[in-house]
Amino acid sequence: MSPLIQGMLTILIGVGGCIGYFFASNLILDKVIFPPQTKNPGKNINRANMVRPWLFLFPALAALSLYLIYPVVGSFYRSLFNRSGEDFIGFGNYSTMFADDGFQTALFNNFMWVLVVPAGATFLGLLVAQLTDRLTWGNIAKSLIFMPMAISFVGASLIWKFVYANNPDIGLINAIRDSFGAAPLDPLQLPFWNNFFLMFILVWIQTGFAMVILSAALRGIPEETIEAAIIDGANPFQIFFKIKVPQIMGTIVVVWTTITILVLKVFDIVYTMTGGNFGTEILPSYMMSYMFRDDGRATAVAFVIMIIVLPVMIWNIRQARAEMK
Amino acid sequence: MDNIAGTKSSLSWAVNISVVLLVVIWLIPTVGLLVSSFRDRDQISATGWWLSPFPVSQNYQAKAPSDDAKAEGGVNVITGNVFEDGKGKVTRFGGKRAAPTEFKAGEIAQLTKDRTLTVQSDGSYVYTSPAEIKRDPSIYYAASSPPDFSLDNYRTIMASDNMDRAFINTLTVTIPATIIPILIAAFAAYALAWMDFRGRGFLIALVVGLLVVPLQLALVPLLTLHNKVGIGQSFLGIWMAHTGFGLPLAIYLLRNYMVGLPRDIIESAKVDGATDFQVFTKIVLPLSFPALASFAIFQFLWTWNDLLVAKVFLPSNSESWVMTVKIADDLLGSKGGDWGILAAAAFISIAVPLIVFFTMQRYLVRGLLAGSVK
Repeated sequence: MSPLIQGMLTILIGVGGCIGYFFASNLILDKVIFPPQTKNPGKNINRANMVRPWLFLFPALAALSLYLIYPVVGSFYRSLFNRSGEDFIGFGNYSTMFADDGFQTALFNNFMWVLVVPAGATFLGLLVAQLTDRLTWGNIAKSLIFMPMAISFVGASLIWKFVYANNPDIGLINAIRDSFGAAPLDPLQLPFWNNFFLMFILVWIQTGFAMVILSAALRGIPEETIEAAIIDGANPFQIFFKIKVPQIMGTIVVVWTTITILVLKVFDIVYTMTGGNFGTEILPSYMMSYMFRDDGRATAVAFVIMIIVLPVMIWNIRQARAEMK
Repeated sequence: MDNIAGTKSSLSWAVNISVVLLVVIWLIPTVGLLVSSFRDRDQISATGWWLSPFPVSQNYQAKAPSDDAKAEGGVNVITGNVFEDGKGKVTRFGGKRAAPTEFKAGEIAQLTKDRTLTVQSDGSYVYTSPAEIKRDPSIYYAASSPPDFSLDNYRTIMASDNMDRAFINTLTVTIPATIIPILIAAFAAYALAWMDFRGRGFLIALVVGLLVVPLQLALVPLLTLHNKVGIGQSFLGIWMAHTGFGLPLAIYLLRNYMVGLPRDIIESAKVDGATDFQVFTKIVLPLSFPALASFAIFQFLWTWNDLLVAKVFLPSNSESWVMTVKIADDLLGSKGGDWGILAAAAFISIAVPLIVFFTMQRYLVRGLLAGSVK
């Protein structure tokens, strides 16, 4: 069976199944289990309404438990076993991993990514949002800077592989060096700095995201505060840094953390550009290099990523709870 | 406002120029790849794409066939044309490999004491030697050829490299993985937004927490599970995986939107005797269309562009490669130096997301705002 037909069938079965499930389960609940046509209809309706939320939630909760909650536990459990998964070795995977040079490089590089990429993307996004705010063609400019968001990490990597190419007739960077008479060099093999060339690709992609959100936040600032500052004689820079930025600080933090989380998950760029060579390994790509080879080590790396993400997760949950009150 | 705040004209100029500059920097890499995808393979390696509108000068080598030699006035002469099709323009030429562009077109080159070579700019050449010519003498020349844009790279990659298969595979993964989570999430979001029950707050917090769980955690345990229950690495497996991974965002986005719907409508429908199921399908679902569209675009872009999940949950053979895997694992290795082919492949894979992006940007922006500002 061709996969496309299989796909169509799956859509039909999936969509039909979902609709059928919701419809039938509601029907059964109302007509069979708690029918209102009894001596005590009110009680039965109330009972049915107690159960109904769980009918609505059941498929989602089942999928979430299986695909996101179980793996947290399952990964941790697996990481306590050796490569073949037969012998329990406690934290053996973790201790050998932390002693591994490759892991230390990956951890250090990831640390740099977390410092640089969210800062760079948020800063550039804020800059573009502010600059385009009152521009007549601002929306076109924003749309173009936002565009890389639609491009896959693989596609973006290929686009930048072109820019970084060693040959001055292909790579823009080396063409510029060439026009100054400098010898071509491979930016991706430059120790230490090659990491920054890779980071810039993600900054290039994420600036649009930061820009869109910060731009909306800038628009949401009450006009009066700005007018008051102008009357008091503030110059445009003072207005921006002392009036606008403090008012959107909450949004800046959200953008920053969202990009930070992303940085901890993206393995595509390093995988496509250098394959983790030349000292550019980061945790997600380090994990992929063990995937299919040593599941114990791979899950241990994944769990380390989880622990790094944990504070952000807790902070997010607390924010959400505070908002609901 | 405009004439007071920051529009001293010099500042306005600075703003305009810096935005132009930023936009140009942001666009250049993509434009470069797009231009390169249409260029001829030899021209790509001869000049940068930024010179692509201009004729390309390259060095070539031709052989003067010694069989054509004729004796004229005591010397052996070979005449001919270096261009097979008669098109092109020779700028310089030479008779030695070490100095392939020693002479200007039209000059008479004294190769040795008694042998001479002349190449005219239209490509016609005259080679003379008093001795008998045994081996085909080499002619080196630099010729400029006009810019050569075509769809050849696209044809090559589609026809010979299984890229069409990868395209269909990507489509096959993407569509069910976009549609199914929406439906499941919409019901759950309605329950979390408009139904009252114990544990609702906890479940919302749970969804928020799951938003940031790294996918990496899910790979090993779920693949093991899929293998155990017989799904293995297959399309069914990846659809289920994408559904599961997309749900937290879907529920979160839809709930945030549904909670903002006017309470009056929903309550008056309930007073009129509508059940929750009816309220949901007849009122809430149609009203939530913008949020549904936002999530659909997110999920579409995410699954189309995904590399990680496809690498793990699909079999790793060329039959089931999606485009991202095809490019990252196959083309970058086997066609590493063939930039034209790589560029064409990249554009095939990013064309659909770009179309979706530019036509549905409004919903995407709305979704982003709903999903992260809260």
